[in-house]
Amino acid sequence: MSRLTFNRFADSLILVVAILAVWVGLHAYAGDSAISAPATTFAFAGRLLVQPSFWTHVAATMEAFALAFAISAAGGVALGLVLGVRRFAGDVAEPILGSLYTIPKVTLYPLMLLVFGLGMSAKVAFGVIHGVIPIMLFTIAAVRNIPPVLLRTARALRLAPVKTATSVLVPAAMPEVVTGLRVGFALTLLGVLIGEMFASQRGLGFLIINGINNHDVRMTTAVTLLVVIFAVAANSLLLAFDRRVHHG
Amino acid sequence: MPTRKAADAHAVLRGVTRIYPGGTPVHALGPIDLDLAQGEFFSVVGPSGCGKSTLLDVLSGLSPPTEGSVSFEGKTVAGQVPEGIGVVFQEDASLPWLTVRDNVAFGLRHAGTDSAEVDRRVSYAIGFMGLQDFTGAYPSQLSGGMRQRVCIARTLVLQPRLILLDEPFGALDQQTRLLMGDELLRLWRETDATVLLITHALDEAALLSDRVGVMSARPGRFIDLVETSWARERDSRIVSDPAFGTVTGRLWAALRPESMKAIGRPQP
Amino acid sequence: MNHGRRILWTRVAFIAGLVGLLEALCRLHVIKPLTMIAPSQMVQELIALAWSGELAEPALQTFIEVGASFLFSVTVGGALGAVVHALPRVRRTLDPLLASWYAVPFFVFYPLLVALLGLNVLPLIAIGVVFATPAMMLSTLAGLDRVPRVMHKVARVHRLSQLQEVRLITLPSAAPHLFTGLKLSFAYSFIGIIAGEFILSGGGLGYGISYAYESFETPKMYALMLFVLLIALVANGVLHVWDRRLARRRGLA
Repeated sequence: MSRLTFNRFADSLILVVAILAVWVGLHAYAGDSAISAPATTFAFAGRLLVQPSFWTHVAATMEAFALAFAISAAGGVALGLVLGVRRFAGDVAEPILGSLYTIPKVTLYPLMLLVFGLGMSAKVAFGVIHGVIPIMLFTIAAVRNIPPVLLRTARALRLAPVKTATSVLVPAAMPEVVTGLRVGFALTLLGVLIGEMFASQRGLGFLIINGINNHDVRMTTAVTLLVVIFAVAANSLLLAFDRRVHHG
Repeated sequence: MPTRKAADAHAVLRGVTRIYPGGTPVHALGPIDLDLAQGEFFSVVGPSGCGKSTLLDVLSGLSPPTEGSVSFEGKTVAGQVPEGIGVVFQEDASLPWLTVRDNVAFGLRHAGTDSAEVDRRVSYAIGFMGLQDFTGAYPSQLSGGMRQRVCIARTLVLQPRLILLDEPFGALDQQTRLLMGDELLRLWRETDATVLLITHALDEAALLSDRVGVMSARPGRFIDLVETSWARERDSRIVSDPAFGTVTGRLWAALRPESMKAIGRPQP
Repeated sequence: MNHGRRILWTRVAFIAGLVGLLEALCRLHVIKPLTMIAPSQMVQELIALAWSGELAEPALQTFIEVGASFLFSVTVGGALGAVVHALPRVRRTLDPLLASWYAVPFFVFYPLLVALLGLNVLPLIAIGVVFATPAMMLSTLAGLDRVPRVMHKVARVHRLSQLQEVRLITLPSAAPHLFTGLKLSFAYSFIGIIAGEFILSGGGLGYGISYAYESFETPKMYALMLFVLLIALVANGVLHVWDRRLARRRGLA
C-alpha cells in the first residue's frame, strides 16, 4: 500500500517536472517577449496574490463565474431531467443540443454583446452558453440510464412518488449528473474568461488580454498560471468527488 | 471414419501447475496429470474459481504451465495454439462487425485456404449448426444461444481434432442448454474429434461425457474421475435413465465439500 | 422507423418554428435591426457574399486550417493513444494531465503560440491540435480498453500475427470509439480554430465575424455567423449519417 502511494507520488512528481521542463524549454526558445521563466512567474504571481487590487479582479471573475455556474447547473439539470423523463421530447432535442455543443460559441459573442451590452450580464451569459448544454446532455443520459428494475422495485415497495424521486431516482442518476456538472464547471469558467477578455474592464480574463495589449508578458503568464492552477485544482476535487459517487 | 483406439493418448498433461506471480503468488492449478484418449468426450467440473479455465488455457497453449508439460499428438505445446486445436470460449466471442457467414469463415480466410474450399466448409458448418437462415445477420441481431452456435461453427470449419469448450452454454437457459448439448454430441460423433468440456453444470457433464474429472477447490486438482459408459449414440433423453441419477449423484458427492470450501463454508 | 420519422419531423418543425418566430420578431422590429437581422436576410446576405467571391478566401483559409488540425490530431492522437495504452506506467502518470486537460482554458495560450510560431496560420492550427488531440487520444484509449479480453484469445487461437490481430480484431473492435474520436477531433479543431481566428485576428471566418462586428457591418456579420453554423450542422449531419451506417453494419440500427 505504501509502495503504491509512493509510486503515485513519484508519478505526479515526474509529471510536474516534465511540465516545468517543457516550460523552461519554451522560454529558452521563445524568450522573455513570449513567456516569462518559471521562477520569475512564480515570484510575480506571489506578489500578485498579496495585492488588494488583484483580488478585486479575482472577485469580479468569481462573481460572474458563480452566477453563470449556478444558472448553468440549475437550468441544465432541470431541463435535462424533463427531457430525460419525457422520452419523445428528449429524442427530438438531443441531436439539436449535440449540434449546438459543436458550434464555435465565440462566434456568438457579438450577439451576446448586442443583446446584453458590455459588462457583467454578457460575461455571465457567455459562461452559461458554454456550460449549460453539456450539463443537459449528461443529465438526459443519467435519467435514461436508470435501470427500469429500480423503478419497479420502488413500486413493489409502494413508495410514494416524492419518496421514489428522492430515494431512488436522484441517487441513481446522481453519478452521471455529477460528471456533467464537472464538465460544465470547466466550460463555464472557460466561457466567463473569454467573455472577460472582450466584454469587461475587470476580471482575470481582462488582466490577461490587458497584459497582451501592454506587452506585459510577466502579467499574462502569471495570471494564466494562476487560472490554470485554479482550474486544475477545482477539477481534481470534482473528479475525486465524481469517482466517489460513481463507486460509492 | 478412422478407427479409434481408446488407449491412444491424444493430449497429455504431466505434473502441470499454474502459479500466477505477483505480490502474493496465486497457486491456481495443479499438479495435474491427465491423458485424453483419442476421440473421447471428457468433461471437467469443479467449484467456481478452482482453475477450470486455467486448465483450458494451459492445454490449448494460450498460457504456459508454470511447471510440468503439455503435449498434443505427441508434440509439446509451447508458446502458441497448435494447429488442430479449436477453442470455444465462455464469453461471447463472435465478431460484432462481421455477418454470421463472415464470422464462420474468419479463421479460414486468414489461413490462406482457397475460396472454393472456404465456401464449401463454411456452408457445411452453417448448415450443421442450423444457421442457414441467418447467414447475413449480425451477432447483435441474434440470441446468446445463436451467437454461441456461430462461435462453434467458426471453430468447426477449421476441422479441429481436439475441441476445447469453456462453459460454452453458461449464459443459456436450461432447455436451450440441453438442446445445445445434443448438438455438441452430434458434432462430436460427426467429426470424430476429442472433446474437452468445462462446465459448472453437473447434469450437463453427466449426460454428455464418457469421463468426468471432478476438480477440487483452488488450487484445482482432480479428486475423482467418473466413467459413464454411455453408448456413443446418445442424447439428452439420457436424463430419464436411472444411471444418469447415479452418475450425477456421485459427481455431487465428490464436489459438495469442495463447493462448500469455495463459498467459504468448510464442513465441520 | 415510423417512430423515428415522427421524431425527425417534430425536430424539423421545432427548428422551423424557432426560425419563423425569430423572423417575425425581427420583421416586427421587436428585435431591433441593429441587434439582429431577420433569418431570411441572413440567407440573402450570405448568398450575396458568396456570389461576390468575398466568402471564398476566408472560408478556404478556415477549411485548410481545420483540415490540417483534424488530420494531425487524428493520426497523432490515435498513435499516442495506442502507445500509451501499451505502457500502463506512462498512462498512470499522464492520467491527471488528461483528466484536467479540458478544464484548462486554452484560449489564454493563444498569445504564447503566436510568439512561438509567428503570426500566420500555424498558431491557429496549433490551437486546434492542442484542443483536438487529447480527445482522439482519450477515445483511442477508451476503444482499446473496451476490446473484450476474449478477442485477444480468438486471435491467438487463429494463430494471427501481431499485425493481423491489429488489422482484423483490434481496430474493428475499437471502431465505434475511434469514430467518436473522429467526431470530437473535428468539433474541437473547428471550435479552437474559429475562436483563434476571432481572438487573434488571424484571418479566416472567425476574423471575418469579429471584423464585421467592429466595423458595424451587422448584416455581413450575421451572414458569416450563419455560414459557420451551417458548416457545423452539415458536418454533424454527415458524421451522424456515417455513424448510423457504421452501426447498421453491426446490425444495431
